[in-house]
Amino acid sequence: MPVSTTPQGQPVWRRRTTRAQWLQYLAWLAGVSLFLLCWKMISDNTMWVFVEDAGRQGADLISRMTPPEWGYANVLWKPMWDTINIATLGTALGIMMAFPVAFLAARNTTPHPLIRSAALVIIVSSRSINSLIWAMLLVTILGPGVLAGIIAIALRSIGFVGKLLYEAIEEIHPTPVEAISATGASRLQVMNYGVLPQVMPAFAGISVYRWDINIRESTVLGLVGAGGIGLQLNASINSLAWDQVSVIFIMIFATVLVSEWISARVRHAII
Amino acid sequence: MSKQAEAPLTQARQQAASRGQWRRLPLIESPRLRWGLAIGAVVYLFLALASVEVNWARVAEGAARAVNFLGAFMQPDFMSRYDDIVAGLLESLTMTLTSTVLGVLLAIPVGLGAARNISPLPIYFVCRAIIAVSRTFQEIIIAILFVVMFGFGPFAGMITLAFATIGFMAKLLAEDIEDLDWRQVEAVRATGASWWQTMNHAVQPQVMPRLIGLSMYRLDINFRESSVIGIVGAGGIGATLNTSLSRYEYDTSAAILLIIIAIVLLCEYSSSHVRRWTQ
Repeated sequence: MPVSTTPQGQPVWRRRTTRAQWLQYLAWLAGVSLFLLCWKMISDNTMWVFVEDAGRQGADLISRMTPPEWGYANVLWKPMWDTINIATLGTALGIMMAFPVAFLAARNTTPHPLIRSAALVIIVSSRSINSLIWAMLLVTILGPGVLAGIIAIALRSIGFVGKLLYEAIEEIHPTPVEAISATGASRLQVMNYGVLPQVMPAFAGISVYRWDINIRESTVLGLVGAGGIGLQLNASINSLAWDQVSVIFIMIFATVLVSEWISARVRHAII
Repeated sequence: MSKQAEAPLTQARQQAASRGQWRRLPLIESPRLRWGLAIGAVVYLFLALASVEVNWARVAEGAARAVNFLGAFMQPDFMSRYDDIVAGLLESLTMTLTSTVLGVLLAIPVGLGAARNISPLPIYFVCRAIIAVSRTFQEIIIAILFVVMFGFGPFAGMITLAFATIGFMAKLLAEDIEDLDWRQVEAVRATGASWWQTMNHAVQPQVMPRLIGLSMYRLDINFRESSVIGIVGAGGIGATLNTSLSRYEYDTSAAILLIIIAIVLLCEYSSSHVRRWTQ
């Protein structure tokens, strides 16, 4: 904290040096100009007539959505079951694939640095591609249906579970591992008795957490044809049946709340 | 489990171990719950797998396409749709930046309101409701509604991402405020500071590093999301990707996916640097 002196000999306290102050102003200027530039690009690509109309459109939308057509809920049980299946089976498949990848990616259990970087590449590419994009790819490859959804969810889960799990493996206590290798255990036995029991609670917690996220994501996979309640949502939106759409929204909201509650309870019980 | 209940169990385990019958501790202690969960899982698996309908003929037909697609990843084609890709990317990036800035700015008041220790009960409930709605629905569902309201284009996408950012940031900010060090707040209050001054000098310095780190993380998430909301017409690279996939131009799709992965990697790398620098 610089202190300068006035001509009268009074010390003046300031938070930053002049140079740091100017640099900060410059950083703010750059940030604000970048934001304004981006804003301008967006506003050039926007039909402002439509935006001015938004309030009326919104009111119109709400009036069409209420009252919800409750009878439509009977049609939705099967798609909802499909959605839950996509999430659950997808999560199960995803953790099965993520488990070995995480062990290969953790610095203390990987057999070779090269294998480690290959495993990290798998984790990163799975994480950076949204499950909807995976679903789009798989629908073109496998055809529309629940299977594409399950595999899309599984592929997206590898990265998430793999990343959190390999971080958990890297944080384990080395003492039990050393104790077990001192008994002359093989590599696999060390993993099984030294590493695995230490990461098991974290692994269960991560899996349940991912399942909860996957329920949320699988509700929209149908928009690109990958099965579940999203198919019904797409159909209702395309036929402008907004009173059916609101029933679907309410069902999604309820399912997500329940899954979030279950996942929070399970994670609470584990930790 | 209490110490008294644990002792006989450990003894029994030790005796068994000395007889050479050692078994590791199970993850779930109560055997009834353990077996119940296992049986439930098996039954569910049967029911679920039975209800999954797979058109194997169609899957077999797709195998050739899968090979094509993998081949396209080996030779991605950046050039033939160069203009579309650049336009889509620019739209995605501008949407990401503006929506993160707007979302974080709006999330700060909501986050303050949703922290139980500094806000009155009615405001707390309103803010928590905003967070719940914004977090429950996927970005793409919100995007559908906003596209209907604001018309096609990046504006709807920006509003969508900003809305999703509010829920995410406000929840984490509120949790951070709820477990801040209360002594500093009391110290600042004891000097006779007003509400604004308390926020500015006692709360803000404590949550700022986390807030910056979370904003960087959200920037990263918003970019990833901006690549999908184009599917429903909310602008960005998603529209380009969707078009290339439905035209079976896998080499272009592979190029777009590689660009997305590269940008996400860059974002992650730089955000980890920023986080280390703020803490």
